[in-house]
Amino acid sequence: MTRIPRPSILPGLFACFLAFAATALLAEEHKKPHAAAVAVPKDQVQVPKPPFTEGIFPCSQCHDPKSMAPNQKRRELKDMHTEITLHHGPDTRWCLDCHDAYNRDNLHLANGKLVSFNTSYQLCGQCHGDKLRDWRVGIHGKRTGMWNGAKQYLLCVHCHNPHSPHFKPLKPMPPPARPEAIQLKNGGAR
Amino acid sequence: MSTLRNFSRFITDTVRIITTGGPIYYAWVAFLLLLIGVGANAYIGQVNHGLIVTNMRDQVSWGFYIGNFTFLVGVAAAAIMLVIPAYIYDWEPIKEITILGEMLAISALVMCLGFVMVDIGRPDRFWHIMPAVGRLNWPQSMLAWDVLVLNAYLVLNYFVVTYLLYCAYTERHYVKKLVTPLVLLSIPMAVSIHTCTAYLYNGLASRPFWNSAILAPRFLASAFCSGPAILLILLQILRKTTKLSIKDEAIFKIAELMAYTMGFNLFLTAAESFKELYSGTEHMVYFQYLLFGVKGHNTLVPYAWASIICGAIAFLLFLVPKTRTNWVTLNIGCVLIYASVYIEKGMGLIIPGLTPDALGEIYVYTPSKTEIFVAAGIFALGFLVFTIMLKAAVPMMLGEFTINRSPKLDAAAAKSQEPA
Amino acid sequence: MTAQEPCQPSSGCQCPSTEEGSRREFLGLAVAAVATALTGCEKLSTEEFLQDKFTELSKSEVQTVIARLEKEYKEKYGKEVKVGNAPPVPGTIFGYALDLSRCIGCRRCVHACVTENNQSREPEIQWIKVLELEKEEGVNLQHAEHYYNPDEVPREGHFYMPVQCQQCKKPPCVKVCPVGATWREKDGIVVVDYNWCIGCRYCMAACPYGARHFNWGETTIPSKDVNPETHYLGNRPRPKGVVEKCTFCIQRTRQGKYPACLEVCPTGSRKFGNLLDKESEIRYVLENKRVFKLKEELNTQPNFFYFYGV
Repeated sequence: MTRIPRPSILPGLFACFLAFAATALLAEEHKKPHAAAVAVPKDQVQVPKPPFTEGIFPCSQCHDPKSMAPNQKRRELKDMHTEITLHHGPDTRWCLDCHDAYNRDNLHLANGKLVSFNTSYQLCGQCHGDKLRDWRVGIHGKRTGMWNGAKQYLLCVHCHNPHSPHFKPLKPMPPPARPEAIQLKNGGAR
Repeated sequence: MSTLRNFSRFITDTVRIITTGGPIYYAWVAFLLLLIGVGANAYIGQVNHGLIVTNMRDQVSWGFYIGNFTFLVGVAAAAIMLVIPAYIYDWEPIKEITILGEMLAISALVMCLGFVMVDIGRPDRFWHIMPAVGRLNWPQSMLAWDVLVLNAYLVLNYFVVTYLLYCAYTERHYVKKLVTPLVLLSIPMAVSIHTCTAYLYNGLASRPFWNSAILAPRFLASAFCSGPAILLILLQILRKTTKLSIKDEAIFKIAELMAYTMGFNLFLTAAESFKELYSGTEHMVYFQYLLFGVKGHNTLVPYAWASIICGAIAFLLFLVPKTRTNWVTLNIGCVLIYASVYIEKGMGLIIPGLTPDALGEIYVYTPSKTEIFVAAGIFALGFLVFTIMLKAAVPMMLGEFTINRSPKLDAAAAKSQEPA
Repeated sequence: MTAQEPCQPSSGCQCPSTEEGSRREFLGLAVAAVATALTGCEKLSTEEFLQDKFTELSKSEVQTVIARLEKEYKEKYGKEVKVGNAPPVPGTIFGYALDLSRCIGCRRCVHACVTENNQSREPEIQWIKVLELEKEEGVNLQHAEHYYNPDEVPREGHFYMPVQCQQCKKPPCVKVCPVGATWREKDGIVVVDYNWCIGCRYCMAACPYGARHFNWGETTIPSKDVNPETHYLGNRPRPKGVVEKCTFCIQRTRQGKYPACLEVCPTGSRKFGNLLDKESEIRYVLENKRVFKLKEELNTQPNFFYFYGV
């Protein structure tokens, strides 16, 4: 006679999933700054999708731990992702400091905890805590919306390329007209 | 009833006397009307296109018009240089000619009003500034004060002049009890108009060049030393062209008083210069722009130094009795001091106050053609007003033209008495 | 153009006496006046000529004025332009903060403001001016460059400071206006009644920040670029000969939106909010960052603060 799985496993798995989700949520709640800063109510934070390069996500398309074993040796990449130049911190920084070796669809914190790309600010805030604190209250970086209502945030990576985060210079818009150049047009200004 | 009839005759006779004259008179009036026409034409262009036809821009938002306005308020205030010796010191030689100073004040005030009208961006909204009709922001705004005192001074002078001439015309003595207090009142009022105008600039913390405590005293000093200069020249002309008797000592006394005010003016200028140049703060940049030029921009420098040098020479010419009583040097001195103060009040006050602007930008302002033509028109208007007043006033003062006598009547009477 | 001529003696209430103008001269002036009126500027309706100051108008009079303006704009620009009249939001005083360590001088705020607020394109008016300052000199306006135009900003050794109306608590412009055409609203915005301003430009001389701008000529905005959502005291198209300035996008902020300059800033250097709200971002800046006020010694008490976010 074949053994059928006990029915209690499915609810058990579901319960584990819920527990995991709850822990993740609680952990994030716990990460919120204390009463000194302005708390950002969850329902008013809208963060757009991360600005992935076309087709690059999910990373697990290629980086399946079973088919491609992670090579954790610190090196300069020669086969793929050669277009990425890493200018972020000391020379000893490399990819797997942020990208999780076994779970390429996530990033990871220093303690190994996985962080989704959708909430990558948690990772940035690990080192750049003061920026994270200011970002949460809308002081760091662009935040639009209503001054007395819902706000629209951006992820850190929307302005700062994580591989080369220095804000890139822009071409300025044209300077104002000099007062000497402001004259009556021929035929009258009427 | 008879007063009303007399007054209407006064008016009609005045019209008659100012519309008849010799060829020089007609030529002069025609010239002035031509200039007024040129100015009016330029002003129409300005009304059509907006103030963009001037060279004023955001960086230097006041220019030639307001500079002339400021100078002419000083000229209007200068009438009291005649009033004080005449009425306070009861000095007869000047008493007869005080009215000329008041007429100068009226003409100057007409020009002041003209310059304000052409400077504002919406002349159609001029009624907004009238006390009962519009909404005057008094007492907060110094411009509101200026509107009130300038018009009050104009009305006062106008009334006194009209009354005095009417009395002369009707061959009556004017009522001293009425005139003397009014004339004495004109002394603080003259001080008030120029103090008010000075406070216009003085009260602006945003313009360090103007925000100096001695601005109002400087205004008064320069007004009193320049306004009477026109009068001195005019008195000499009137002496030669009419039977008006003006004693030498009257002219020399005015010149002497002017010498003292010139000295005081030079002292105040020196005081201002010392404070700016010795303390050497960043606020010095305005003075620098005026006297030495800043970052290669030195349009004003020759004018600024010309103003100072002319003022100093005029001071010496007026101070030394020998040159003061010499007609040639006296008149040279008059022209020099007039030019000196005209530059000082116009380009020497408005432009450096606004250059560099509030954010440090230097825009080099020089008046445009439109501004010069409109200003010429307004000056011509003032001269015309003064000419016309003189044309009527001098015969009345001399007793040649009264309700019973007029040059035409006399000529007609003489003709009828000729043997046929 | 009107009955008021530049040559009228005194305040215009007196008939010119014969002593001050011959009949010939008066006729000449009258002809000039008529000619001016005929060739003169745009049609001036009697209602517009006689319109009282905005704060003195009754509710129905305001509606009449707004209807007239909307009709005029429709004729001029060929599109429906709404002129709003939203009052201040109760319990609000607006404050603005600008992060000098983040501004890169790209001038996107300048042009977003021009578009949002219907500023004249020709002759050009810009309510925001970005100054390029030298790092060595700090905030020193005598060493400011107004017309910088490098290929890329920020330029080495320089930092950038946008200046616009500071919406002062003690505005010198309000103090000096002879007709009271400019005043401070309850939410802190200093506004101009464009139909009451006489264009004397005293306020421009009084402003220490160069924040007020004058319509030297007839305003020109291409019809397609006209922003149809306007406020009477804010971004409705202005006539020539009047003063205008930043109003903290009164047409937006009184509806709860951010000013256009803030929305477009790519570096998030601009912060805005209600100073009376303890939880607002502007209060956070004042509490946690070091702010300074421009030309603070003049005691204008601006509601615009510069800070260093880093």
